[in-house]
Amino acid sequence: MKKKFLSVFLSLTTLSALLSGCGAKNSTSYPNGKLYVYNWGEYIDEDVIKEFEDETGIDVIYDMFETNEIMFAKLAQDTSAYDVVCPSDYMIQKLIENNMIQELNFDNIPNIANIGEQYFESSKDFDPENKYSVPYCWGTVGILYNKTMVNETVDSWDILWDSKYSGQILMQDSVRDAFMVALLKNGFSMNTKDASEIDIATNDLIAQKPLVQAYVVDQVRDKMIGGEAALGVIYSGEAIYTARENPDLEYVVPKEGTNVWIDSWVITKGSKNVENAEKWIDFMCRGDIALRNFEYITYSTPNTVAQENIEDDAIRNSKVAFPDLNEINTESYQYLGIETDRLYNDAWMEVKSADY
Amino acid sequence: MKLFKNKNTASLLSSPYMVWAFIFILVPLGMVIYYGFTTEEGFFTFENIATIAKPGYLKALIRSIRLALISTLVCLILAYPLGMILSSMKLTRNTYIVTLFILPMWMNFLLRTLTWMTLLEGKGVINTVLESIHLPTINIINTPSAIVLGMVYNFLPFMILPIYNSLSKIDENVINAARDLGADSLQTFLKITFPLSLPGVLSGITMVFIPALTTFAISSMLGGSKILLIGNIIEQEFTQLYDWHLGSGLSIVLMIFIFINMIIEALSDKQGGR
Repeated sequence: MKKKFLSVFLSLTTLSALLSGCGAKNSTSYPNGKLYVYNWGEYIDEDVIKEFEDETGIDVIYDMFETNEIMFAKLAQDTSAYDVVCPSDYMIQKLIENNMIQELNFDNIPNIANIGEQYFESSKDFDPENKYSVPYCWGTVGILYNKTMVNETVDSWDILWDSKYSGQILMQDSVRDAFMVALLKNGFSMNTKDASEIDIATNDLIAQKPLVQAYVVDQVRDKMIGGEAALGVIYSGEAIYTARENPDLEYVVPKEGTNVWIDSWVITKGSKNVENAEKWIDFMCRGDIALRNFEYITYSTPNTVAQENIEDDAIRNSKVAFPDLNEINTESYQYLGIETDRLYNDAWMEVKSADY
Repeated sequence: MKLFKNKNTASLLSSPYMVWAFIFILVPLGMVIYYGFTTEEGFFTFENIATIAKPGYLKALIRSIRLALISTLVCLILAYPLGMILSSMKLTRNTYIVTLFILPMWMNFLLRTLTWMTLLEGKGVINTVLESIHLPTINIINTPSAIVLGMVYNFLPFMILPIYNSLSKIDENVINAARDLGADSLQTFLKITFPLSLPGVLSGITMVFIPALTTFAISSMLGGSKILLIGNIIEQEFTQLYDWHLGSGLSIVLMIFIFINMIIEALSDKQGGR
């Protein structure tokens, strides 16, 4: 009986494998070769990829990652695994320092004229000469809260340590974002290399653990929409989407300040399809494409053409989507070097494995 | 049974398996051992393995062992009676029930665990139903209980099947003989049925304990990433921190526990074989 079942199962799977093999895209429909893209999850309007393929005749193989660290681990094995990648600021600095990405030839990316000058200015924090990266999305990190569950003004990271909200708090499950919150709460820099400051932040995070419902990354969005938690640490790009899905939700940037981040396109050192990668970046910088991506993912676009063409006035003038960076206290993450990286990682391990 | 008269035919037929085992079992194992005992610069070291003694890591290991033991015990308590019921049933009916238990395994394991997450959430399906009939809600999501539940749910079939197998292999006559000689039901169970089913119980324990000890998906989904198991740490070393050496070192520590488990099973198999 069992053996028979097994053989039927095996033959079925083999058959389906064979069939899917036959159905695979044949290369002749894409005369201009391939392009391996590695981007954040849910960070593009997927129709845009199809359009790029149709327009350029390039076969796009599109993969996604959840954190910068996962992306780095993958590229560290083999930088030629992907051609074009979209990491964040401090990770771009780390990729530059590790000689894993290459200088761009901006002559082949004319559409970068659409990208606001101030974003290239901000990029100098991690790409000092603007040689390696083209901004794709940017934003802040803040607190998303449910107005029906929180009856006070939310204006400080301290509220995430308020025992009133025990079990109602969602924290980011990523080293830098979690530590940013704890460091800023204490008035330290989010890029501190001082072990004693990191220590204080670590103890704060451990003290906070009993109040935390869960450490999550992308799930903050769905859990907050579903009313599972009262407060969550989230990227500003999710604010428009979550408010649309659940009007009780509001996004604030705490007064202590926040991280202003930029995710930018870079081309890997080992890329075998540099030309295609340049075409991809140029395509992403096109006004109409950037607008479509913005409308789909709701993460702030640095593309001025797209910004001007947003139909909804409320969103075009939204302080959440396009905050005035002079009004809030901001800092960008910097790559802190191997030693400090290890310090943060060990501290984060301590937090995550702490009993509560 | 002599299936292949010619020794060469046998070795020829087994060669694909040998190649498979070499590429997908021996080579990765060798790499884990190599990375586990070397530093970034390629020097020999015990440091990666010794890391397990650091407080955070040790805590996670002990926590994993505890949760895996609890899950194994719960599986055993649930599976044994079920195995007995199944083995006492008529053949046609019990195949349906066995299939029922295997059926969920046709779905993806991650998908099933994810379902538990939505079921158990504060405002999830279970609590909504409980609330609507005015019963107290359950709040076990993101606690060790939810992880144990996830482990038991996912690994229960691996306990039921071997127990059921070994129970159904027991010769009726042995039990009848015991009853003939005046043993009551309890005595028959303790002296005949249970000892004869022991091989099944032991392989069931191995098949539940090992995946439960090494899991990281269940704990991160149902534990809200708050409860760090040793599997989570190893996963992080590889995917997030890019420290293959430490990750491999910790894997070797975990392998030691798996070997202990297998040795116990092998020893008891030997005894049973006498």
